Amino acid sequence: MTLVAAGTARVGALDVAVDLTVADEIVAVLGPNGAGKTTLLRTLAGLHPLDTGRITLDGTVLDDPAAGVFVRPAHRSVGMVFQDHVLFPFLDARENVAFGLRSRGVGRREARRRADDWLARVGLADCATARPDALSGGQTQRVALARALASEPRLLCLDEPLAALDAQARVEIRRALRRHLAAAGARVLVTHDPVDAAVLADRVVILEAGRVIQTGTMDEIALRPRSTYVADLVGCNHYRGVAADGRVTLAGGATLVVADRTVTGVVHVSVHPRSVGLHREAPGGSSRNHFAGTVTDVDGLGDRVRVRIEGAVPIVAEITAAASTELGLAPGHGVVASVKATEITVYPA
Amino acid sequence: MLGAAFFALPLLGLLQQAAWSEVVRDLGSPEVRAALRLSLECSLWATALATVLGVPVAWVLARGQFRGRSLLRALVLLPMVLPPVVGGVALLAAFGRTNGLVGPWLFDTFGIQFTFSKTGVVLAETFVAMPFLVLTVEGGWRALDARYEDAAATLGAGRWTTFRRVTLRLLGPSLAAGAALAWARALGEFGATITFAGNVEGRTRTTPLAVYLLLETHPGAALALSLVLLAVSVVVLVALRDRWFGVRR
Repeated sequence: MTLVAAGTARVGALDVAVDLTVADEIVAVLGPNGAGKTTLLRTLAGLHPLDTGRITLDGTVLDDPAAGVFVRPAHRSVGMVFQDHVLFPFLDARENVAFGLRSRGVGRREARRRADDWLARVGLADCATARPDALSGGQTQRVALARALASEPRLLCLDEPLAALDAQARVEIRRALRRHLAAAGARVLVTHDPVDAAVLADRVVILEAGRVIQTGTMDEIALRPRSTYVADLVGCNHYRGVAADGRVTLAGGATLVVADRTVTGVVHVSVHPRSVGLHREAPGGSSRNHFAGTVTDVDGLGDRVRVRIEGAVPIVAEITAAASTELGLAPGHGVVASVKATEITVYPA
Repeated sequence: MLGAAFFALPLLGLLQQAAWSEVVRDLGSPEVRAALRLSLECSLWATALATVLGVPVAWVLARGQFRGRSLLRALVLLPMVLPPVVGGVALLAAFGRTNGLVGPWLFDTFGIQFTFSKTGVVLAETFVAMPFLVLTVEGGWRALDARYEDAAATLGAGRWTTFRRVTLRLLGPSLAAGAALAWARALGEFGATITFAGNVEGRTRTTPLAVYLLLETHPGAALALSLVLLAVSVVVLVALRDRWFGVRR
């Protein structure tokens, strides 16, 4: 099962790049609010038409405006789990799950039997006759998943499947969701939470302001973020600059000494917060980059402390709580950050 | 207080003037019963017609994106502010048998005659009652989350199935409220009916027309009929109280 989408869809003033290839895998589309994630999903399901380009599923053209082809959602075999789930309020859980089967001509008794099967599979055999308003957030989510899966769609789309849940339910449902999505088939899920992407997806597509910024596994992305948004998501320091002769000149004029001399021209630079050392005064030794700045935030994370520093090169450092105490760090204090040239990752923009 | 009294006094008057022992007898007279039966029949037909014609209009107003939508809404709302007599005259100008716009053609081709007939009463009542249905259903349609219909579509439901199994179900309360309002309005219709359909006993003399006539010859019966109409209005208000007065069950 392979989905190939390459095109654009306009929503409001935003042109969203619908650029996605999904085989038998789970792909997460990760991006900030308003990036066009939901629009992307809606084009796949046929709820929003493409303006240019083409979508094919297993070789069948679903949408191709230039050729005048548009397959209606009802005929696409694309399942959708909506944000806040959108269960039919006037039907009980079983009838909600049976809805797709009934629409596709399965008899009433057979549809109910299969709906009960699906409810049992998501662990809700007891809730078959419950109305949606009597279900908890987590239960609603599972009914919505069962409803979408019951039609056995070739492609399953999930729009922020965990966003409507409280923190406790999120952890449990996320684990269960991973299990239910593991079955063969193409799955696309949209989320703004990197944890969802990391736990649920094989591959991640970063969408920002309608454009695909980056694709890859979460680990690849964490190592080489290609935008400030991605860097913030994975908790990395990220800069852009121009590299030449082992130096990177940043937009603000500051320079970094880097070990990698092979990359030149316009580059991304990433620095892991744990590679950043903090000192009261500029030290000597092998740390060849020193930036003076002012502490703006100090956040404790158990035995680690994240320190945000504003200066010519704004940077986040993650140091041990003991080191932080020793330095007596507090917002407003002057501090010097140091990074070894070998700890700086440089890659072409 | 003064304002409240202004609304309350006529009601009190109506209730106080009623000779309760005679009300039952008056309601039993053939003339009164004919008027009530005719009213019930015509108003139900008018409600049905307003629903069939009004739901598509409500859909266009709620979901349509086109120039002239506000013009269409103004047109639909016109009967609400138009003096009913003028409505009746306008209906005559359109559907009158001898010199209406389409009336002669309708009579020659289908043998349909509106003046002095039940059909005319139904048409007049529909004309004044439909705006209530359209407005209520349009409001319901606007408030309806289109994603329910999207969900149905992704589950393989075609447009007609989606409309029947999802949209109509979600619109149910608005549809019921709109129909109740339209029915109440149709039941009380006077001006357009008497102007357009005339005042023929047993055919076009509906309850309000009968009330007006009986007031001169037999005020007791007029009062009894008025009480019936009042009761209907109160029942409709009570039935719709959840919608407007925020009373929760």
